[in-house]
Parts: sequence; C-alpha cells; structure tokens
Amino acid sequence: MKSASFTRREFLKTGTASSALVVGFRFPLSAWDDPAKGQEKKPPNPFNAWVRITPDNQVTLILGKSEMGQGVFTSLPMILAEELCVDWKQVTVQQAETNAKIYDHGTGGSGSVAGSWVPLRQAGAAAREMLISAAAKKWEVSPDTCKARNGAVVHGHPERSLNYGQLVADAAKLPVPNFSDVPLKNSGEFTIVGLDKRRLDSASKTSGVAKFGIDSRVPGMLYAVVARCPVFGGKLVSFDAKAAERVPGVRQVFSFETVGRGASTTGGVAVVADNSWAAMQGRKALVVKWDEGVAAKESSDELHKQFLDNAAKPGKVVRNDGDANAVLASSSKKIEAVYELPFAAHVCMEPMNCTVKIDADQAEAWVPTQAPQWAQSVIAQTTKLPPERVVVHTTMMGGGFGRRYQVDFVMEAAQIAKKTEKPIMLLWTREDDLQHDFYRPASYHKLQGTLDANNNLRAWKHFQTSTSIAAKWRPDGDKKPEAGEFGTGTTIPYTAPNIRIEYTLAHSSAPRAWWRSVEHSSSGFVAESFIDELAREAGEDPVAFRLKLIGADRKIPQFEGEPDSPPLDTARLKAVLRLAATKAGWGESLPQGEGQGIAAFFSFESYAAAVAEVSANAKDIIVKRIVCAVDCGRPVNPNGIRAQVESAAIYALTATVKDAITVERGRVVQANFNDYDMIRMNEAPVIEVHVVNSNEAPTGIGEPTVPVIAPAICNAIQAATGKRLRRLPLRASDLA
Amino acid sequence: MATTFTLNGETKTVDVDPQMPLLWVLRDTLNMTGTKFGCGMALCGACTVHINGEATRSCITPVSSVAGKKVTTIEGLSADGSHPVQKAWIEEDVPQCGYCQSGQIMSAVALLSKKANPTDADIDDAMSGNICRCGTYQRIRKAIHHAASLQAKA
Repeated sequence: MKSASFTRREFLKTGTASSALVVGFRFPLSAWDDPAKGQEKKPPNPFNAWVRITPDNQVTLILGKSEMGQGVFTSLPMILAEELCVDWKQVTVQQAETNAKIYDHGTGGSGSVAGSWVPLRQAGAAAREMLISAAAKKWEVSPDTCKARNGAVVHGHPERSLNYGQLVADAAKLPVPNFSDVPLKNSGEFTIVGLDKRRLDSASKTSGVAKFGIDSRVPGMLYAVVARCPVFGGKLVSFDAKAAERVPGVRQVFSFETVGRGASTTGGVAVVADNSWAAMQGRKALVVKWDEGVAAKESSDELHKQFLDNAAKPGKVVRNDGDANAVLASSSKKIEAVYELPFAAHVCMEPMNCTVKIDADQAEAWVPTQAPQWAQSVIAQTTKLPPERVVVHTTMMGGGFGRRYQVDFVMEAAQIAKKTEKPIMLLWTREDDLQHDFYRPASYHKLQGTLDANNNLRAWKHFQTSTSIAAKWRPDGDKKPEAGEFGTGTTIPYTAPNIRIEYTLAHSSAPRAWWRSVEHSSSGFVAESFIDELAREAGEDPVAFRLKLIGADRKIPQFEGEPDSPPLDTARLKAVLRLAATKAGWGESLPQGEGQGIAAFFSFESYAAAVAEVSANAKDIIVKRIVCAVDCGRPVNPNGIRAQVESAAIYALTATVKDAITVERGRVVQANFNDYDMIRMNEAPVIEVHVVNSNEAPTGIGEPTVPVIAPAICNAIQAATGKRLRRLPLRASDLA
Repeated sequence: MATTFTLNGETKTVDVDPQMPLLWVLRDTLNMTGTKFGCGMALCGACTVHINGEATRSCITPVSSVAGKKVTTIEGLSADGSHPVQKAWIEEDVPQCGYCQSGQIMSAVALLSKKANPTDADIDDAMSGNICRCGTYQRIRKAIHHAASLQAKA
C-alpha cells in the first residue's frame, strides 16, 4: 500500500488486527488528538461489531467504512456474508458509528476492500463458528458434524436445521474464537464473492430517500455559510454586518478563527440564518476587509517561472542507478520531453457540509466524511469535550475523491455551533468548494532517455518540480518534499541500466492534498507518455516496445516501498497491457485523423492498462472509446470493479481535456462549472472494462485507472496527428 | 409573502421570500431533501424538478414563479420506486455516490415523456446539463434505453 504515497499512507495508515487508524501519524499529536492512539484492538464479539441478527432472522451487517460512491456498502458486506454463510438477499447494511476500538474508519487510498478482506472474513467466520457451536450445543452433537448454509445451521440425515435467528441469542454469549485461526472458506466454496452483484443502495438513491450529509435535519437547526478570505492564508481585518443582518431570516453574524492544523483558511465570518438561501444572501451583503497577506503576489504564471528556474538546475537525487547523466551526455540518440500538470480540484457533487449539535456535556455531528475519527477529534478539540463524548454519524456522501479526508469544514461547523448554541448545518457553495479545496499539486517534469543500437533503453532520467503535498502537511516537509510526489513513478518497470530521478520543491501557498490517485496521476502521465515517445523514436510498436523493455517475468521491489509493500509483478503488468490491446483491436486500421494509444501503470498494488481511441485535429479532440484492463487481485464484485474503472476513466478524462485550476493574485480564478467544467453525457466515450480473474489478494480499484487515461489519450493523439501534447489540460488549438 | 403551488399532487402554501429559489423552499422549508444542491447557477442539473412537466433547474427558479403550477420532485415520481426510469436505474446499477441521480432521473423522465424511444443524440441533448462526477454516463444512457423499453411494455 506504500505506493499510494508516503504522506497519505502515513495519514491513512490502517492496521488489520493490531492497530487502529492512526490519524495524524508523524504529525504533532497536539495538532489533533488521535482517539485511537495506544488502544490495542482486540477482536470484539462479532455480534456486537459487525453482525446483527434478529430473532426473525433479519441480517444486518455493520460497516465502519465510508460509502462515497465507490461501492463499499456492497463489496464489504459481500465479504462478510460469504464467510457468515447467509443468503445475500437476506442482507441489509448499516453504517457504524465512530468507534476506534472496533473499526478502522478511514476510507481512502483505494484500500477498503484490500484492507478489509482478511479482517471481515475473519469476523464473518467467527460469527458463523459461534452460530454452529450454539446449534451443536442445542442438539448435543459435535460442532464438526454441523455446517452453516444460507443463514441456517444444518445437521444429520434426515437433515435438521435451525436458522440464525433462532440461534443468535445463544451464539452471541459464546466465547469469541481467535480470529487468527478461525477457519476460512476455500475460494472454491465462494457463492457470493466473485459474482456480479448490484449495489444495495440503488433503491434509496433513485427515490430521493438516501440521506446525504446535506440532508441532515435536526430539530431547531439553523443554516450557516462562511465568508473566507479568497487569498490563501489571508486574515480577517474587520467586517460590517449591518446589511447582512437586515436580510430576512439572518439570525447571527460573527467571526471565528480556526482550531487545529486541519484548515487551510484562517477562519472567517459566519452568517447563520433560518435557511440556506437567507444565509447566502446575508453573506453577499457582508462588507469584509481582509489582510490578503504575502500570498497575494502568487500566480500560476509565477509558478510556471519557478518551474522553469528549478528545471534549469539539478534537483535533489531521489534515485540513482548507474550514471544516467554521463550516458545521456555521450549519447547521440536521446530524446527529451517536458510535461506539465496544473492544480486540479476534487469537485464532489455534494459540496462540503457538516451538521453539529453541541450540548453541555456532549456533541453530535452528521458528517459526510472519509475520516470520521479525525472529525470526532477536531470537534472534541473545538468544543473541549473528550472525544468519547462526541458522536459522529457518517452519512452517505456525494463523492469523496480524497476531499472528504479533510476536516476543515467540520472544524468550521463546530466553531459556529459553539457560538450559536443551536444545532447548525454549515454549507459550502460550489464557489467555496472550488476556491478552498486542497488541490492535486501542480507539477513540471523533464524526462530524458536514450536508446542503444538495438533500441533498448540505456538511460531514463526524470526531473520533477512540484508544489509538494508533503511540504504542506509534514513537519519535515521542506526536508523531504519529494516524499509522495512520485509514488510508483520511481519503480520503473522498463529495464534500464542507468536511472536518475531528481526533485525540486516549488513553493506555493495553495493548499494541496490527496486527489483521486494522488501522485500517480502525474507519474503515470509522464512515464507512460515518455515511454511512448521512446517507442516512436525507436520506430517500434508501442505495445511491443513496452513488452520488450519490461522483459522477463520478475518481481521488482517498490523503490519507495515499505518492507511489506508487494513488488511490481511484471507478468501481471504485461498481462493487462496485452489484454487491453487485444480487446481494443490494437493495430487495426482506423479512419484518417483517428488514432489509438496505450498506457499501463502499477499503483495501489493494482495493475491498469487503457487503450484510448481518439479523433483529433486543431478544432477538436474527441475521445471516442476507452478500453481498460485491470488486475486488482481477486475480484470481489466484478460489477462494482467495472463501475469504479468507468468512474476513474471519466474522472481522469475531465482532468485531461477540460479545465485547469489557475491562481491569480493569490486566489483561485475558477468558481463554478462555467469555468471549471466536467465531462458531460455528450462527451462521455464508450468505456469497456476487462477484469483479470486473479487469485491474488484483492487490491485497490477506485484509483488505479486514473493514471493511465491521460497518457493513453496523448499517445492516441500522436498516432492520429503525429503531434505530441505534453501539457494538461489538452487544447486542440495546440495541434494547429 | 405566501406562494401556493402543487407539490407531488398536494397543495402547498409557503410564506417565504418570493425570490427564494424553489430548491431551498423544497429542501429547507418543506424538508423535501431528494432534490439536490450542486452549483446554484443551473450548470449541473442536480436540482432538476418538473414544473408543469418541464425539466427545470430549481436552484435558479424563484418560488414566486411557480405559483399555481404543478411541481414534481424525485419523491413524487412513484410511491414505491416503481417508475420505469427508477427500475431501469436499479437494473443497470447506475448510481455510485448517487447525489446527482435525482436530477438525472428527473431529466430522463422529462425526455421520455416527449420522446418515447430516444436516440443517443436525443439523450446527449437532454442529459448534457446534468453532471455526474462519478462518471455514470454510460450506464445512464443504457438505463434510458432500457426505461424506454419498459415503458413500451407497460
């Protein structure tokens, strides 16, 4: 999992049995207290934690993860139900409340299925064994002679049977088996895992019934919006609330400051009203004076100049095999290419919001969050209540993509609720969301490579300068800003005796954090664009060239990996390359002006390849079809995997061909979908997804497709037009 | 000032700022939260409702403008999720996060009421105002064709 990124990995660090989610790992703990810190997690009684069976045999599975669209409320119960041996049709699911003693709540890093695979199997199996023991006791037979089937325990011939509802009261009182040696099913016995299942939450999401964070309603609640300084880091000087207070429905206007390290703003002016609209109208009527601070001089143009300056000098050496500099200096057949990616925003369809109710000795919050424990601790810190007196209800959420790992909006809501002494919902507008995001870093990459007479790769050099995430978040960020900026981009599957990777930090006040696929969105783009450029230089077919350079089946340790990071398995990488190429009809002739391009990348311990088909000219870049092949280990819910790949492809396509987040005078220029648009129905290509039927342990799937989409498209554009685009987002006018 | 309109077949009178968009009247005044806020500028379609049968962005529609009109929201489509478009959405496993889907479904229902058997180009025209950040477009397209066949059978 290490490859996800140093910083996010640290942040999301989840244990399976022995450790809790360690929020703030390696951050100063005073910044926010980790309620789970130091708590040894002992397997709890599964009937308290994960499985609730009523006497009438209704089965409810309880899950600590956050459902943000990625389908964990279907895939995770499949795992639990499989070992529990219940009929899938019997199952309903429920969100667990925050309890660090039982659950690893943090949801991100494409890690939910991968990280829950063993623990949920163990929990389901433990519950099953307890139910079997209860039946055996009743029948006065050996548990070995009983078995679980379809929500019942059966025994003997003629068969007798007791359903789980009849057994649960006795079963729950039995000793909990040791999770590490509870018997798990053989994969050949699976009747749920591996089959296409429809989502369990579709009925509620097609009827208006599903309750998202923004739909939280608490008696007596008020609605709040906040005026924040548009410039990063700017501070409030003064405000005049007279006009705002005259807006009908506005109740209170006050300023507040931030608490803890989680927010990127310095606070702001809250407008609290009877309804959201009145609050927004009140905010419009506010007169606020800001001290814009030093960041007001920053701009995207200035950042680009920093990139150029940085690239003119050697960077900090991140990896050095052989002597790439000397080989490049003496080589006649070398190519160099420069790639650039802008800041990107998450753009969850449901804007940030949080509902908080504070009483004298407790607080309750309804939060669409990927990090309920961090939300709990930030509310505790704000209200000065012990964390165990803060109940966080994780709601359904309209997208996450990493944005909901932040709790800036939770802190704001808690600060406002403290002052109003009434429950409030803090609502962000789309403008707030786009202008106060934690953006995917902007980056600039210089790639150099050289081939020998047989077109083998002799040297690969990758210089990157970016507005590192680590530099924002880690206390030692300026010392090791490169951590988390390359990811598996430093584990190069293409055989080269000379490899050099360098990094230089570019300074920016723009907040940065984990955007879907994090650093792999840039690493995949540059590596898989550049290898294609080398293939063209060699005059070889891009698929054949990749397969040749990947070479023999072998396992390459992750360069930036932790000891437990699985290696890059070249056989699996080649398999997805071949599968995507075959299914796409690689090499078949296309009409004039159209082309195919391929890319493959290893991230989140999964393998993804894509073939894009585009039609391109100086007026239009039209992506017509994307064929994806993925290997994410054993497919738990192939239908859900296909949905995630389709989703990641569209998400990446938006970042490839639509708009950039740009900075002028220290603030984000874009404000709504008119200037930061998304891919829409009329632009959505046909997406085909092919899932490798692997027996390996399940690995991530929400993100690994993102890194291959932009390079596959650029490679296809080159095939179609002979021109290479290296700067995102792509502009057809650059093909003129 | 009071405004009276029909909401999902029931008469409603609300005493709010006449300029208040219908979206917020539905959500905050009437607690009908199935209709979603996405942009506030009619750019994303999450707030789509029907006004006298026409797909309309409720986030920029002043409540005073619906006086005397028939408003239908996602909650009014069927009592039990049995509308052919809802069924098709479930059968094609369309939703991911699901936040935009109320608006998507309301746009699709309006399309199918005008064109019983829409072409892909009709779908592009009718649906491109609705953003889905989870990228469920392919499944939405399939579900609209599927709903058309369900409606034809009904």
